[in-house]
Amino acid sequence: MSVEAREARQPWILLSPALTAVFLLLFVPLLFIVVYSFWLRTATGADQVGFFLDNWREALSDAFYRDILLFTLKIATITTLVCALMGYPAAYVIARSKGNKALLLLLLMLPFWISYIIRTMSWINILGVSGALNTALLYVGVIDEPIQMLYNQTTVILGLVHFLLPFMILNVFVSLEGIDTNLEDAANSLGATRWQAFLQVTLPLSLPGLAAGGLLCFVLGAGTYITPLVLGGPSDAMFANLVFEAIITQLNWPLGSALSLMLLAVLGALVMVYNRYLGMAQLMKGLG
Amino acid sequence: MTRKMDNTTRYERLRERYMNGDLERRSFLGLIGAAGLAYGVQTPFAKFANAQTVSQVRFDGWGGVVSEALRENAFQPFEKETGIEVVDGTFGGGDEYISRVKASQPGEYNIAHLSGVFDYARYHNLGLSTTLNEDNIPNLKYVIPKLVDVFRNVTDGKLSCVPYDYGTTGIAYNRKHISDEEAKEKGAKLLIDEAYKDKIAGWSDWRTRMWYAALQTGQMPNNIEDEEAAWDAVRKHRDLSLKYWGSGAELMSLLAEEEIYATEGWSGRIYALQEQGHDIGYMDPPNGFGWQECMFVLKGSPMEASEELLNFMLAPETAIAVAEGQNYPPALDPTKVDLGDKIPTLPAFDPTGKLDGLTFADPDYWNGHEQDWSKEFGRVQKGY
Repeated sequence: MSVEAREARQPWILLSPALTAVFLLLFVPLLFIVVYSFWLRTATGADQVGFFLDNWREALSDAFYRDILLFTLKIATITTLVCALMGYPAAYVIARSKGNKALLLLLLMLPFWISYIIRTMSWINILGVSGALNTALLYVGVIDEPIQMLYNQTTVILGLVHFLLPFMILNVFVSLEGIDTNLEDAANSLGATRWQAFLQVTLPLSLPGLAAGGLLCFVLGAGTYITPLVLGGPSDAMFANLVFEAIITQLNWPLGSALSLMLLAVLGALVMVYNRYLGMAQLMKGLG
Repeated sequence: MTRKMDNTTRYERLRERYMNGDLERRSFLGLIGAAGLAYGVQTPFAKFANAQTVSQVRFDGWGGVVSEALRENAFQPFEKETGIEVVDGTFGGGDEYISRVKASQPGEYNIAHLSGVFDYARYHNLGLSTTLNEDNIPNLKYVIPKLVDVFRNVTDGKLSCVPYDYGTTGIAYNRKHISDEEAKEKGAKLLIDEAYKDKIAGWSDWRTRMWYAALQTGQMPNNIEDEEAAWDAVRKHRDLSLKYWGSGAELMSLLAEEEIYATEGWSGRIYALQEQGHDIGYMDPPNGFGWQECMFVLKGSPMEASEELLNFMLAPETAIAVAEGQNYPPALDPTKVDLGDKIPTLPAFDPTGKLDGLTFADPDYWNGHEQDWSKEFGRVQKGY
C-alpha cells in the first residue's frame, strides 16, 4: 500500500470507533423509531406490525399537536431571549475580567456538577408556599400570606433559564474571547464612545456566538420534558411531554415515534437554517 | 415455611404429593424420570447455560415508604436466608413500568408490585404472564380468597401473581382549612369546589380522574353512562387544580408543604403523613376507589426463585411487618391470621376479610376503555 493511500485511510481508522458508536447508538435507534412510526397500537397495547399512515395523519392533522408544538416553540423562544439578555452581559464580564476569569468560569460550570432534575426541583424549595422566598417575605413583613408562585408558565421558563443559561454564556464567552480587544481600542481612538465601540464592533463580531448559544438554548429548551413536569401546572405541557405520554402512559409507541420524529424534524430544520447562514463551526467552538 | 427450596426438598414434596394421592403414579414417575434425564444429559458446558443458577431476582415497586418496608422486612431477610439477591427497582406507575417491560428482554424484569386487577389483565393480555406453581407457595393459603379469585378469573384459574395488599384512593384534605364535616358532606365534590381553586390537586392517572368524575356526576364508576358529563367534571377539576401529581412522594410533598388543601390520595401514603404529625384528614367517599396490589411474576423470570420469594413475602410475620411499614393492610385473611395491633387501625382495613365495603375497578370495563380514555385524558389534562 502506498504512503498516500495509508495516509488517506488513517483519518477513517481513527474516526471509526466514534462513527461506529454514532451509527449504532443514534442512527440505528432512529431507524427503529422511523419504522415504529408506521406501526399501529392495538387495543391490548400490543403493536401491529405493518405500514400504516394513521399515526402520521393524526400527528400532522390534529390541531391538538399543532397547538402544543406552537406553545413549545413559544416557551423555547422566550427562554432563549431571556438567556440571551442575561447571558450576554455575564459572558462579557467574564471575557473582559483580568485576574479572576478562571474562578468565574469555574462558577459557571458549577451547576453542571449537580443533576438537572435536582436543580429543577430545588425551585420547589425556593418558591414553594413554605419555601425560602415566601418564608423570607413573611419574616420581613412584606406579605401576610404566602404567595402561590409555583406550577405555572413563568416557573417553567424560570427552570429552563436556570438550566440553559450556562450554555448561552459559554457560547458568547468563546465568541468574545476570540475578538481582538485592540479593535475596540482602535474604534475609541477614532472617536467612538465605549458604547458605540461595543455596538458597532464587539457586538457584531460576537453575534455568531450569540446565535450558537441561542440555537443550543432553543433546541434544548424545546426538547425538554422534565421542567414542565416538575414546575408546570396542568396546562403547561410541552411537546416532549406528549411524546412521553404517548409512549409511557398510553403505551402507544407508534404514535409516540411519529410525534418524536415530528419534533426532530422541526428542530432539525432550525439547525439546518442556522447551518446555512452561520455554519456549525461556531457551535462546535461553543460546545468545545 | 420460608426455607430455601433445594432439590431434595423439591423431590420430598413431589413424593409427599404422590403419597397423598395428589399426583398420579404416571405423573410422578414421569417427573422423576425427567429430572433424571435432565441430570444425565448435563455436560460440563451446561453450567454456562446458567439456567438453574439463580443468584438474583429483580423486583420493581412503588418506591418511597412502600419500597423501604419491603426492603427492610422482606428482601433483606430473604437474601440472608437464601443467598439470592433481590435487586430492588422502583417505578412511578403501572403505565411507566409496562413500557419499560415492553422494551426489555424476557427475564430482565421479574417481579412487579402491580396495582389493580386491570393491570394484571393488561400484562396478561400482552403475553407477559406466567403460571405459578402454587405448591411452591404454601403461604397462599393465608390470603383472602376473594383477592385470589379475581386474578384466577383473568388467567383461566391459574395465577401469575399473589395478592399482597389492598387500599383505597380516597380524599385527603388539610384539616387546618377543611373540616372533617365539610369533607364528609361534600365527598368527591370537594375536589371540584371552586372555593379551593388552586389549592386542589389530583393524580395524573386517567382511571382515577374518571373514577372520581363518575362520583362527582352521580354515576357508578364501573358503569359510566354519561361520559360527557364525566369529562366535564375532569375538566372542572383540572381548571381548579394547581397541579397533577405523578408519584406518592409528590403527593406527600404537596400536602405536607401546604401547596394544596385537597386531593385524592393513596390511603397508605396519607397514613404515613398522619404518622409524621401532619394534620391531614382522609375519607373514602361512597364507592371510593378500592384496589388491591399483587406481586406479579413476569414471563421469563426464574420461576422457582420467584415463587420462593413470594412465599417468603406472604409468610405472616413478613407480610405483617411489610404492611405495618407501608401502611397498607396485607392480603392476609384476618380470620385466619392474627394481624396484630397496628393493621386494624390502617385506612381501608376490613376485619371480616370479605372486602364487601370496597368498590374495585372492573378490569374488563376499565381495560376496554383504556385506549380511548387515556388518550382523551392526555388532551383534557392540557386544557382541551
